[in-house]
Amino acid sequence: MGFDIRLPIGLMFSVFGLLISGYGIATRGDQMYALHSLGIDINMWWGLAMLIFGATMLLLARQGRSAK
Amino acid sequence: MIHPHPGWIDYAVIGIYFMFVLGIGVVLKKYMKTSADFFLSGRSIPAWITGLAFLSANLGAQEVIGMGASGAKYGIMTSHFYWVGAIPAMVFVGLFMMPFYYGSRARSVPEYLKLRFDEKTRGLNAISFAVMTVFSSGVSMYAMGKLLQLLLGWNFNAAIIVSALIVLAYTFLGGLTSAIYNEVLQFFLIVIGFIPLVFLGLKDVGGWTGLKARLGNDAMVHSWKYLGSPNSNPMGVEWFGMLMGLGFVLSFGYWCTDFLVVQRAMAADSMTSARRTPLIAAFPKMLFPFLVILPGMIAGVVSAATMSGKTNATAASAIVSQSAASDGITLDGGKGIIPPKLDEHGRPEMKDGNAVLDYDLATPMMLVRYFPSGLLGLGLCALMASFMSGMAGNTTAFNSVWTYDIYQGYINKTASDEHYLWMGRAATVFGLVVSVAAAYIAREFNNIMDVLQLVFAFVNAPLFATFLLGMFWKRATGHGAFCGLLSGTCAAALHHGLTLPTGSVPGVKGAFLGTVLHYYPSEMAQNFWTAICAWTTCFTVTILISLLTKPRAEAELKGLVYSLTDRPKDEAIEWYQKPVVLAVVVLTALLALNFIFW
Repeated sequence: MGFDIRLPIGLMFSVFGLLISGYGIATRGDQMYALHSLGIDINMWWGLAMLIFGATMLLLARQGRSAK
Repeated sequence: MIHPHPGWIDYAVIGIYFMFVLGIGVVLKKYMKTSADFFLSGRSIPAWITGLAFLSANLGAQEVIGMGASGAKYGIMTSHFYWVGAIPAMVFVGLFMMPFYYGSRARSVPEYLKLRFDEKTRGLNAISFAVMTVFSSGVSMYAMGKLLQLLLGWNFNAAIIVSALIVLAYTFLGGLTSAIYNEVLQFFLIVIGFIPLVFLGLKDVGGWTGLKARLGNDAMVHSWKYLGSPNSNPMGVEWFGMLMGLGFVLSFGYWCTDFLVVQRAMAADSMTSARRTPLIAAFPKMLFPFLVILPGMIAGVVSAATMSGKTNATAASAIVSQSAASDGITLDGGKGIIPPKLDEHGRPEMKDGNAVLDYDLATPMMLVRYFPSGLLGLGLCALMASFMSGMAGNTTAFNSVWTYDIYQGYINKTASDEHYLWMGRAATVFGLVVSVAAAYIAREFNNIMDVLQLVFAFVNAPLFATFLLGMFWKRATGHGAFCGLLSGTCAAALHHGLTLPTGSVPGVKGAFLGTVLHYYPSEMAQNFWTAICAWTTCFTVTILISLLTKPRAEAELKGLVYSLTDRPKDEAIEWYQKPVVLAVVVLTALLALNFIFW
């Protein structure tokens, strides 16, 4: 199959990561974190985690392509 | 009241997810040239992808919502549905059955039955399977529409139509490959969406120790300790019924014979990959209880407002009690953040003086409780992904069985490959249209769906006996298999019709034949014994009739029966990638998990 699934996965989670961590940084200290997520800026932290995951997937996809 | 208001960011996340799902279908369209590409992904997919898809196709709403609900009701015992009810069967299908499915070059499970037995056995299986997949897809659609309506106030019709159209678009364009690719995407989405939920929930209750203390019921935190007698555990089952009914008959019947999951392995790029598919799936499957059961357990013991001191009192009351005009969910009379079930007049349903809880809302309520705007979008995506992967799995399995086993088998045997590819796409549309109709039937006539699901359970229960004898006993004949299946189904109906769980009214729950021969302590116990009964009958009848009828020539059975097939040889792969090694690792880890949570 000529289409590497890691590409869309990596892309989607990178976009999610950027969007959600960016939103988390912009809304830092907002009341909603106290209300919902025990005072943790979960958007920022989990957004960053998703960004790392997405970037890793993209990297793997790239390695897979150059291996061929 | 809790009434979540997704913000623009949440809708943006959902929108991006939909774009990716559709994009995968569009990109894959150009690879769909033959019917084998469409139905079998050209048998070209690596094992890790088919493995995750194998897991994800089954990861429908039933799992994410249902296992959370069961966690809230029964606690960690729910993990039996994984550790007893899935992993052993997944190891078995990978090691022992895949060589026949993949090696016989059958394109579907019913087609294997035709090769091994005869036309009528295949027809029986193909038709019942096709009807079942379409209806279960409809039931899952209905569940999703209802949930999104209740939780977010979304329009029921819109939720159903939009999700059906999206699934239709990507399966229509890219066939099985598209379904598999999206299942992998959905797998990661569900895992990544649920990890922060479990983290925040556990942190709030003070970790596993804190959760145990708050549950205050030792039976909720042990999987085996209280299985000695049905009266001492919340499920009302005993270890024998659990092991034989769930662990053997139901679990092997599902994981080893259901085309929905087996189809993923059939798309693998080699025999070794096909065998590794369920084994690779077993690793994450084993850990899923922590992702889907824990949120349900936590939901029963937390309150709607954050308890850790940082909470601002007015803010807390804002999320708990909104204005009376709001159509949010009321928690009055509920337990933790699990709301009571409402009857059609919006009043809590009562039983024995207590409100009946709507356990299906346990996990969704956790999402709106712990996720702020932003992550809420991700959580909702994970929820929708689980619904859609279940739907897509059913759709792709349906269109293959319809096209290969019913249309090509009985209606038009000699058309061109192009025609079958076209038929596959037409069946995709048709299947989804019928599913949508089924979703509306489920909404209007809840009882019809209960009856149908009961009938499906009767049909499925004996299946594994047929496959077991077919694959491992060369003397088994077509007449034997067919009579075995029919009598097994009848035995299931008979058993169900003559027994009743204590406290239930005769009808769909049992005893519809008028007399009650035996009372079971719970519905689950009754289901397990119905399955045991059906399996044993099918097994015995198949053997008896087979011995009375003429066996097939051994030469015809080569590649279809264990004793007449060469052992599969693994291609040149590293030792740690070999199916047997994976199986040993899986089973060791499984024992360890059972030991830790015994």
